[in-house]
This record gives sequence, C-alpha cells and structure tokens, in this order.
Amino acid sequence: MTNRTSASLPALFRSFLLIGCTSIGGGLTAWIRRELVERRGWIDDQQFLANYGLSQMVPGATNVNLAVLIGTQLRGSVGAVVAFAGLMLVPLSILLTLGGLYFAAHNVPGGRWVNTALAGAGAAAIGFNVATGIRLGRTNVRRLGPVLVAAAIIVGIGILRIPLLEVLLVMLPASLGLTLFERGR
Amino acid sequence: MIPLLLQIAITFAALSLLAFGGGAAVLPDMQRQAVEVHHWLSASEFLDMFALSRAIPPGSLIVVLVGQKAAGIAGGLMAFFAMFVPSSLLAFGVARLWHRAGRAVWREVLEQALAPVSVGLTIASGIALARSTEHTWLTYAVTAGTTVLLSFTRLHPLAVMGAGAMLVIALGG
Repeated sequence: MTNRTSASLPALFRSFLLIGCTSIGGGLTAWIRRELVERRGWIDDQQFLANYGLSQMVPGATNVNLAVLIGTQLRGSVGAVVAFAGLMLVPLSILLTLGGLYFAAHNVPGGRWVNTALAGAGAAAIGFNVATGIRLGRTNVRRLGPVLVAAAIIVGIGILRIPLLEVLLVMLPASLGLTLFERGR
Repeated sequence: MIPLLLQIAITFAALSLLAFGGGAAVLPDMQRQAVEVHHWLSASEFLDMFALSRAIPPGSLIVVLVGQKAAGIAGGLMAFFAMFVPSSLLAFGVARLWHRAGRAVWREVLEQALAPVSVGLTIASGIALARSTEHTWLTYAVTAGTTVLLSFTRLHPLAVMGAGAMLVIALGG
C-alpha cells in the first residue's frame, strides 16, 4: 500500500475541485479515475476498482462515497473532508445559483438551446464512463471467470434492469467464490 | 422555520441511508416525499429540478434544489448536509476498516473479487443511464461513438464531449 507519489492536502483539494468542474455535463466516475490514476498516479487501477466496488455497497451517492473512500486512503479523515469539500464546492454553488434563478423566473435557465447542448454533453459523458469501464476491464479483468462475472452484471443491470442490490447479492458471492477457487488451485 | 428545516433534515437523512446503488435509487421516493407528503414543490417543478441537477453531477444534488424551494438557501444547505453526511460517514467507516486491514488475506481476496464486479457496474450503469434518459438515435450514436473513441484513443475527453454536444445541436436542434 505505498502510494507512488504522496498527495498533499492542498493538491488533493485542487484535484477534486478540478474534478467537480470538469464533470459538469456528466462522467464523474471517469473524471475521478482520469485525474487520480492517470494524471496524478496517487492510486493504481486496482485500488480504484476496490474503492469503486466499496462505494457501491455503501448507500448514498456513489461518486461522493468514492471521493470519501479515496480521500481517506490518501490522507485519513482530513483527506476525506478535503476530497468531499473539493468535489462539492463548485457543483453546489452552481446549483444554488441556478435554483435561485429558476425560482425567480420560474423556468429552466438557458432554455432550449442550453438543454440541447446538455443532452449532447450528457450522452457523450455516458460514453466516457462506459469507456472507463472498458479500459479498466481490458487491464484488470482478463481471465474467463471474472469476464463472465462482469458480463453477467452488465446484462443483469444494463439490459434486464434487475435492481442493483439483487444483482450484488448474487454476483458478489459468486465472484468471491471464484476468487477463492482460483487462489486455492 | 426551525421545524421546517428539521423536517428537511430528517427526510433527506433517511433517503441518504436508503440510497443503495446511488441517489437515483431513491428519486421516486424523494418525489413522493417532497411533492405529495410535504408539498414543498409541484410534480412539474420536481421534473425541472431533475433536469437541472442531472447536468451537474453528482445527481443527488437535486436535494439542494428541493430544499431551496422549501426553505431558501438555508433549506438547500440543510438538504445538502442531510443527504451527503450520513452516507459519507458510512463510507469513511468502511474506508477505515479497509485500509487498516493492510495486506490482510481477506482484503486481498475481496479486492480481487471486487475488480470484475466494479468493471461490470461501471459499464452497466452507463447503459442503464442511457436507457432511462430520453435517448434518441442521435444521442445513442453519440454515446456509442464516445465510448469507442475514449476506449481506444488518447483523445481528451472534453474535446470528445464538446464534439458530441455540438453534433447534437447541429443535427438534433
């Protein structure tokens, strides 16, 4: 668990502040990985995947959980607060402002043109998140068993729309069993 | 004012701890609480709030708008802390347990088992999100194109997302 480079608290705050800004339009998970794994090298893909998995098992906004988990890993309790604050500062300020505008004028600020642009950016942002999953899969999920686990989850949630909790209750023990079996051999 | 803020705090703190798999899981319940139970805003206002908050992740920030409508800036901030602090404390607790375990065998096993689950969830949640928003053939094409470009090239995500937005404006209007 030695981090390749250490994260100072100001640097951690700046990184999450940047993530909060760039993810406007969507793609938050992908931006978190890009900044912390690719650009900063504070965690590797395996640690990112572990934190991501844990973030899904705790209730609440998963990307916020992910920020808290990574912040804690890098700099303990202060790191958790710094990551949370950095991530939320810009989006919270923008939404409070937009909310004020909406409740004053009683329509969505920017109107149709802005909404169309956001629909396009949002559609692309979904692709950014999926691409991050594909990149992570290519390097970290290579043997047949784990590939089948990932595929089952994609079909279960993405295509069949089975609730996440039910999918996790089946696939997590399955993946755990598979891991133990492979290690035992 | 104080009872109203307290009501906001209790409502969103409960939703925070029920939101398994993310904020989207409790959106229907949030709408019921905010619109039908407490009458903080109308159903169509809730939809507008949803549209506004979706562009600025995390999506759960919709609670700020609901709280703001109910009780101004104080209400928005109260909703924010009620929605994010309880779940963040849980995440912090999990993180402490996890990182204290060091190189314990159970952690290595769990880490290995989590990897394919996490990869599956990242891709699945993208597909689920595309299907739950009003995706047209054009936005599906943008999503698919972005996925391919960002999976297999080193293009900057902002450039690709900007191009996607402009394509939808140009063709979809």
